Amino acid sequence: MTIQHYIFLSVALFSIGIIGVLTRRNLIIIFMCVELMLNSVNLLLVAFSKMHHLAATAADAASKAGTDGQLFVFFIMVVAAAEVSVGLAIIVMMYRNTHSVDVNFLNRLKH
Amino acid sequence: MSITQLLFWFLTALALGSALMVIFSKNPVHSILWLITTFFAISGHYILLNAQFLAIVNIIVYAGAIMVLFLFVVMLMNLNASATPLKKKWLRFAGVISGGCLLLVLTAALKDTDIMRQELMMKTGDIGLIHNLGTVLFKEYVLPFEISSVLFLSAMVGAVVIGKKE
Amino acid sequence: MSKLVYLVPLFPLAGFLINGLARKRLSKSLTGIIGSGVILASFIVSIVLFYDVKAGHSGAVSLFDFINTGTLKIPFAFQVDQLSSVFLLIITGVGFLIHLYSTAYMHEESNEHFARYFAYLNLFVFSMLLLVLGGNYLIMFIGWEGVGLCSYLLIGYWFKNNDYTNAAKKAFIMNRIGDFGFLLAAFWMIQQFGSLTFADVFSKADGMKSNDMVLVGITLLLFLGAAGKSAQIPLYTWLPDAMAGPTPVSALIHAATMVTAGIYMIARSNILYTLAPTTQGVVAAIGLATAILAATIALKQNDIKKVLAYSTVSQLGYMFLGLGVGAYTGAVFHVMTHAFFKALLFLGAGSVIHAMHHEQDIRNMGGLKKHLPVTHWTFLIGCIAIAGIPPLSGFFSKDEILAAAFSKNAVYWVVGVLGAIMTAFYMFRLYATTFLGKFRGTHEQEHHLHESPAAMTIPLIVLAILSAVAGFVGVPAVLGGSHHLEHFLAPIFAGSVKKLQHAHHLDHNTEYMLMGASVALAAIAILYAVSRFSKKPDLDEATGLGKVLENKWYVDELYNNIIVKPLRNLSAFFNNVFEKMGVDGAVNGVGKLVNYGSRQLRLLQSGQVAAYILMMVVAALILFIIQLFV
Repeated sequence: MTIQHYIFLSVALFSIGIIGVLTRRNLIIIFMCVELMLNSVNLLLVAFSKMHHLAATAADAASKAGTDGQLFVFFIMVVAAAEVSVGLAIIVMMYRNTHSVDVNFLNRLKH
Repeated sequence: MSITQLLFWFLTALALGSALMVIFSKNPVHSILWLITTFFAISGHYILLNAQFLAIVNIIVYAGAIMVLFLFVVMLMNLNASATPLKKKWLRFAGVISGGCLLLVLTAALKDTDIMRQELMMKTGDIGLIHNLGTVLFKEYVLPFEISSVLFLSAMVGAVVIGKKE
Repeated sequence: MSKLVYLVPLFPLAGFLINGLARKRLSKSLTGIIGSGVILASFIVSIVLFYDVKAGHSGAVSLFDFINTGTLKIPFAFQVDQLSSVFLLIITGVGFLIHLYSTAYMHEESNEHFARYFAYLNLFVFSMLLLVLGGNYLIMFIGWEGVGLCSYLLIGYWFKNNDYTNAAKKAFIMNRIGDFGFLLAAFWMIQQFGSLTFADVFSKADGMKSNDMVLVGITLLLFLGAAGKSAQIPLYTWLPDAMAGPTPVSALIHAATMVTAGIYMIARSNILYTLAPTTQGVVAAIGLATAILAATIALKQNDIKKVLAYSTVSQLGYMFLGLGVGAYTGAVFHVMTHAFFKALLFLGAGSVIHAMHHEQDIRNMGGLKKHLPVTHWTFLIGCIAIAGIPPLSGFFSKDEILAAAFSKNAVYWVVGVLGAIMTAFYMFRLYATTFLGKFRGTHEQEHHLHESPAAMTIPLIVLAILSAVAGFVGVPAVLGGSHHLEHFLAPIFAGSVKKLQHAHHLDHNTEYMLMGASVALAAIAILYAVSRFSKKPDLDEATGLGKVLENKWYVDELYNNIIVKPLRNLSAFFNNVFEKMGVDGAVNGVGKLVNYGSRQLRLLQSGQVAAYILMMVVAALILFIIQLFV
């Protein structure tokens, strides 16, 4: 497999996530689409890590190059988990106040 | 076509298809289930790339914990297809168009770069194994690791404060 | 000694500043002393300069760099030579007498306006001195513009009267048309010769062939300027209207300054004109036409100042005729004699008007001879001088021009003499109607008739003496004189005299005959006018040709209809259509567009997160496209 397969897969997943964010009004779905976008980036990072590793092992068989990329993914997951916990708390809060998860209700930014 | 390629295309089709189903399902619960499918497909890709630790973490954290959390919230609010509002038609249309454009632009921009033909290491390689990752994480990345625990703590406090009833 | 030349214009400038700035604090007598004193000081310096030049010290005095850009260098230089020193004497001398006269004439004005008057007058003299002294065309142009401005200020001195301000505006605009020609000529000279300094321009032009297109163009443009300033066809109509100003101002404009600027400029540029015979023909033709046209108009005017005004236009026509036929000395000579007798006539008219309590219509005068003896005698001398009766000054200068015209073309002479006859006729019509016969004014006016104070009569007497004897500086060889003026001015016109091919001298018999003919005809005209108008002035409404003449050939109406009205209509059109719809529309349109645009843009801030995200994506998209593909 070459890197382009993974790049195009990631781009496609990312675009799907964007389209979801733009077309849906349900806050939870929007949130899930954000997760989807994060995952597409994760996938690409892993792919790049393996590409890098292959190139490095060609010169040095014991090379550990590419580890950093996978650790980035790990940290992204950490941040995503934290974000989800806070985000969902906000959604619950909003639902409690408006009895809706419609993003169009969130138009207080206008004022 | 080797088994690796076969698996790659299968997982790719699964990921894209279920991702599309995420955004086109009317029912939020269905969306969540399709998203879990997507995550499983992505975890499959990780395994294909021999990033076993990430594949497991992805399933445990994402598909397991986070998506279950989503599911809980959706069920808590008793959302269903009829309750799911749809955006105005032109806004949806504009969203699809601009998303499509993004796809097109990125594809067109990346298509001819010289990096595109580079091979990557499939199925083998030990950098994705827990031994290697753990060593690096607790040696070189120990400070960010500890800081991320503080982030978690603050997120937890934040979630509790926000979710608390007045 | 010529280092002192800067003092000449400096004194009037100082007078202008003092009188202008302190006009509310100075008493009238102090204002008068300052205003006249500075001119007297200039006059004294001018005399010194004159003798200096006579001793052979002439040349340019450069004071500082005025413009210094790249290849173009224009110094602030004064030209002190025979021509400018003669003009300096005329301007400051006659100017001083007019200032002196003004102290009495303007005495009824309030303190502040009195000082304003003298400030303007000093500025006027200053501008004129700058014009005459300028060592290049640019400095001359500064003075040129200055006199235009001051004439505007002085003609509109009584600015509360609408007609007067209109006359002032007319003078200014007519002058601007001429200035436009002058300015174009100056630019052309810079382009052609790379300099505006007289010496450079003349030496470079000297090498060009006769009737070179460039020279013809430049001289024609310069002549347009001269026509504006010196009131020649087609720009002469402002001068009669300039009578709106106080009478001493008319004297100053008509005699010593302003109108002689055009003559001076062409006399200064004589080499250019000599090298452009085509222009010379134009100058002579226009001068002659102006002389005749103005003389015919003057025949039927009833305003004492209007008659004098048209006679000025007519005499200026003679000067241009002289310039046109190459009699540069004659023209300058006539400027000088004309300055004396025209100033005398105007000041005399001012004295009459003063005595008559601002009555200017000669039909309401008459018989003033016994009430105003000094004015009467001096006025008579002025009339004889302008009519060209020997041995008064007008005879010599006019005869010199006519003789030169005859040697160029006999037709010029015939038409010129015709104008001279008319001059004699209308001047004595004026004289007879005003001073002879019975008084026709109101009883009250008659009761108040009085001779003017000494401050007014002394200038009259001095000018009368000068008018009578000034001719003797230029007695031609044929009458046994040696023509001092010609010898004095010879260095200025040397280049032209060499180039003029037709400079063959008339034989003495012909000259005697010409003189005799013109003098005899003028004398007949005088006798006829006196006999006809002293007893029975023409008080009736004019009819037929007389009416046309009285209305100045309807030239003003013609100008009004073919120039002023179309221009007004055009401006109205521009105002209504272009300004209101075009400019205003554009200005208001911009405002409306911004207003409308911001209203629409405001809608973008819907407050909805989704819309913001969409915008963000679109913006990112655009950035991607720009970054990656453009």
